[in-house]
Amino acid sequence: MSRDDVLVTAEWAEANLNAPGVVFAEVDEDTSAYDGGHIPGAVRIDWKTELQDQVRRDFVDKAGFEKLLSAKGIGNDDQVILYGGNNNWFAAYAYWYFKLYGHNNVKLLDGGRKKWELDGRELTKDAVDRAATNYTASDPDAKIRAFRDEVVDAIGNKNLVDVRSPDEFSGKLLAPAHLPQESAQRPGHVPSALNVPWSKAANEDGTFKSNDELLELYKEQGLDEGKATIAYCRIGERSSHTWFALHELLGLSDVKNYDGSWTEYGSLVGVPIAVGTES
Amino acid sequence: MTDGCGAPTQTADLAGVDLTTQVVVAGRVRTGDQPGSGAFVRLLNGDGEFAGEVVASAEGDFRFFAAPGDWRVRALHRAGTGEALVHADGPGLHEVAVVVA
Repeated sequence: MSRDDVLVTAEWAEANLNAPGVVFAEVDEDTSAYDGGHIPGAVRIDWKTELQDQVRRDFVDKAGFEKLLSAKGIGNDDQVILYGGNNNWFAAYAYWYFKLYGHNNVKLLDGGRKKWELDGRELTKDAVDRAATNYTASDPDAKIRAFRDEVVDAIGNKNLVDVRSPDEFSGKLLAPAHLPQESAQRPGHVPSALNVPWSKAANEDGTFKSNDELLELYKEQGLDEGKATIAYCRIGERSSHTWFALHELLGLSDVKNYDGSWTEYGSLVGVPIAVGTES
Repeated sequence: MTDGCGAPTQTADLAGVDLTTQVVVAGRVRTGDQPGSGAFVRLLNGDGEFAGEVVASAEGDFRFFAAPGDWRVRALHRAGTGEALVHADGPGLHEVAVVVA
């Protein structure tokens, strides 16, 4: 897979804002960001209220995804360009959803909102109104999603990549530093997990590092390319960013995102936990 | 404030924050005489490793929930970059100013 198959540059995006069959979608948890200005023509997807089941902890089912995309005016044949704040964490999370439900013509805007803003490109508050579609999704692709039992079974057997910050990995912090420090019942990490923070896969402007840099990074950290890989973080969005780097950019075939992540694992009764800096 | 991992725009409002238990690193970004509105502000630990990132408010304000220790605050803005160091010795508010140039 070529990098161009999964990423677009800000220059490309700016030149294709009105291209037929191309739909831009901003994905944020902080929807005020979109209200304050968004890429012209982009629709908004709220990761929490629209991509998550509102009762149990899970994401929207196939029917829910179909209803959501239909309402957003996204058709099965559209090319969807996802972008968002926070170095594209939630855009990568949505990208993973789109792939999970079989929408293969989807790409990330490299650098997301951050790069777009730093470049001084146009943002608008104009309302976006797209005609509803009749979107049909595929059954979820279980090959790219990991559940808790598979994570426990992977200890010492598969690559487990903890993409949280070193301070969360060691147990010093329980959540990213912009959030109050409360989260799972226990701090630490899954035994045998490598700590390769998502931030090492990105440049300061939010764009992904080159494939050569990414390959060197994961090799240096001890990732065994001959083994299957499971990535996790706190709630599964930063690990979507790393899933994107490993599966979509580097082309590793067996990579799963564990979206239950530390908020689930760190509250499970009886599972092994490691603390400190060692894997 | 939401409970996800995203980076909501910050305000200097510390209402509801328990400063007897939380280690808060907060401050303001400035560029010249102007507030560093919309700056991307990162908290890095003593080894320079990423711990969190927020977008500064219209007034340039930012806030992090940290742990005791030495921290580096780094701001990225269209006008340039800036850094400042802060030592947090325990729970409470630890203020730091960052000038971007």
